[in-house]
Amino acid sequence: MGKTIAEKIFDSHRVDNPFGDIHVINLDAVFCHEITTPVAINDLVARDMDRVFDPTKIKAVIDHVTPAKDSKTAMQGKIIRDWANRHNIKDFFDIGENGVCHALFPEKGFVRPGYTVIMGDSHTCTHGAFGAFAAGVGTTDLEVGILKGVCAFQYPESIKISVNGTLPQGVYAKDVILAIIGKLGVNGATNKVIEFTGNVIDAMSMESRMTLCNMAVEAGGTSGICAPDMVTVDYLWKFISDEFSSKEVALEKYLEFSADPDATYAQVIEIDAATLVPVTTFGYKPDQVRPVSEMSSEKVDQVYIGSCTNGRIEDLRIAAQILDGKRIKEGVRGVVSPASPAIYSQALEEGIIKIFMDAGFCVTNPTCGACLGMSNGVLAAGEVCASTTNRNFSGRMGKGGMVHLMSPASAAATALTGTITNSTLYRAGEK
Amino acid sequence: MKEFNGKVMFLDRADINTDEIIPARYLTEITKEALKPYLLEDLILPGFNAQADVKKNNVVVTRANFGCGSSREHAPWALEVNDINIVIAESFARIFKQNMFNCGMMAVELSADALDRIFKKFANNETTVTTDMDKMTLRFATADEEEVFPFEISGFNRALVEADGWVGYADSKY
Repeated sequence: MGKTIAEKIFDSHRVDNPFGDIHVINLDAVFCHEITTPVAINDLVARDMDRVFDPTKIKAVIDHVTPAKDSKTAMQGKIIRDWANRHNIKDFFDIGENGVCHALFPEKGFVRPGYTVIMGDSHTCTHGAFGAFAAGVGTTDLEVGILKGVCAFQYPESIKISVNGTLPQGVYAKDVILAIIGKLGVNGATNKVIEFTGNVIDAMSMESRMTLCNMAVEAGGTSGICAPDMVTVDYLWKFISDEFSSKEVALEKYLEFSADPDATYAQVIEIDAATLVPVTTFGYKPDQVRPVSEMSSEKVDQVYIGSCTNGRIEDLRIAAQILDGKRIKEGVRGVVSPASPAIYSQALEEGIIKIFMDAGFCVTNPTCGACLGMSNGVLAAGEVCASTTNRNFSGRMGKGGMVHLMSPASAAATALTGTITNSTLYRAGEK
Repeated sequence: MKEFNGKVMFLDRADINTDEIIPARYLTEITKEALKPYLLEDLILPGFNAQADVKKNNVVVTRANFGCGSSREHAPWALEVNDINIVIAESFARIFKQNMFNCGMMAVELSADALDRIFKKFANNETTVTTDMDKMTLRFATADEEEVFPFEISGFNRALVEADGWVGYADSKY
């Protein structure tokens, strides 16, 4: 019987099958940030088990609140910093080198096709864009991952979502994934992996694939996954060129982790790309999705462009094309946070940062901050934010605030008008 | 093993997410105990008062997809430090459910029908739940009525409950 990508990865990483469908797998990478890791570190110390299974497979970053905003966040940073130092964790990213984990770690080449990855962060599913099994876990699973390099999962069934055709103008990966979540519901993929396939996915950049996989968890999914292909190899080439004689050889190796044609899926969903439109959310759940065109009367107080969903260079380029030479609507606060120092630097070089600043945006350092209402753009009660992030839960960006999730293009267009706006009304280059 | 008995807090809504259970603004805390005052602070439900209701109850009964959203284990911890070690629901988000068992706590699934019955029969009265881990039953009781519901948890999750969590279990095995 054929296998899905996730099944192939599980079968090549299994160390135990202690009960029924529970499989303990070994981990190729354990990612850590300063919000969920310090409690694990303190617990390991208290148990007299302050060890790490392999310092080269642990990657750590301070990203949620950086620079520290108060004594508590400073202490969280200190705990993970001291821990990384004493265990000789070389890939630790602090002030000046730090960025949003799910943007930073991929661009460092830390994820490869066929890898197993965990992190104490629900959006770890992002890394499935590289043909990896990548799952968010809690602090206890993270703690065991740090200590032993293993994690237990239910053997995952997959949902195959096939997107074919041509995306209409103004429709981006964010619109595709919001439409999919709208269809599946917030628990439609619980305990399952979402495998994205079809010619629309094949044509997507790694950045767009990360946007798709990032939100798999918003439908309850354990990991998103895109099959590795030449786009994946091209992205990773600078990290893997020593390992393979050519890109073709690398691809051949990675294709071990593609789905068999006769693989079995829990569900198969076909989406005709031509039917998709720019969408946004309207309530407090990410499956409450509506066309942008039906939300045009909704006024916003703030526009936020950034996060592990949409803070990458491609996202900033798209937003900048729309903002170029224009000013955001008076009374609207624009905040943009390039998701990593490399993205920030690239955006500076390309003149994108100047476009944002000339348009009236505040440019912040790379951080998760505003997305979860921790810093750098928290909403007041009653305020509304058009945001390129991934969660519109009540209170998410600040107690009493309302968040409308959308693509960077729609967010940029919304900043210009002050009400939720379809980006196709602002075509590139038109002043 | 922890205690899985006590008075019930009924939360009659599906998809209660981790931001509602413990808002992100409190994730700067580095001890579990510090989370105690903030459990369910952002949950808005008719008749629900986080401060008063959390204090007097030890069991949560709710609907589908409880704990969706973030991976934060602060959600089970915030329950645990308020002496709530068991949540009974139609279903759970994967990470939340595993976090519960990883902490030696219980996330028990009952059918939608059983929960409809429980809400109808018990939600308007002071109700206690008694969990029998040998018989695998939950006994719901008020002053006048009682009903026993059988439940199942996987062998793995049972082992975690008995080992009081995943760290001890994994350290002895792997």
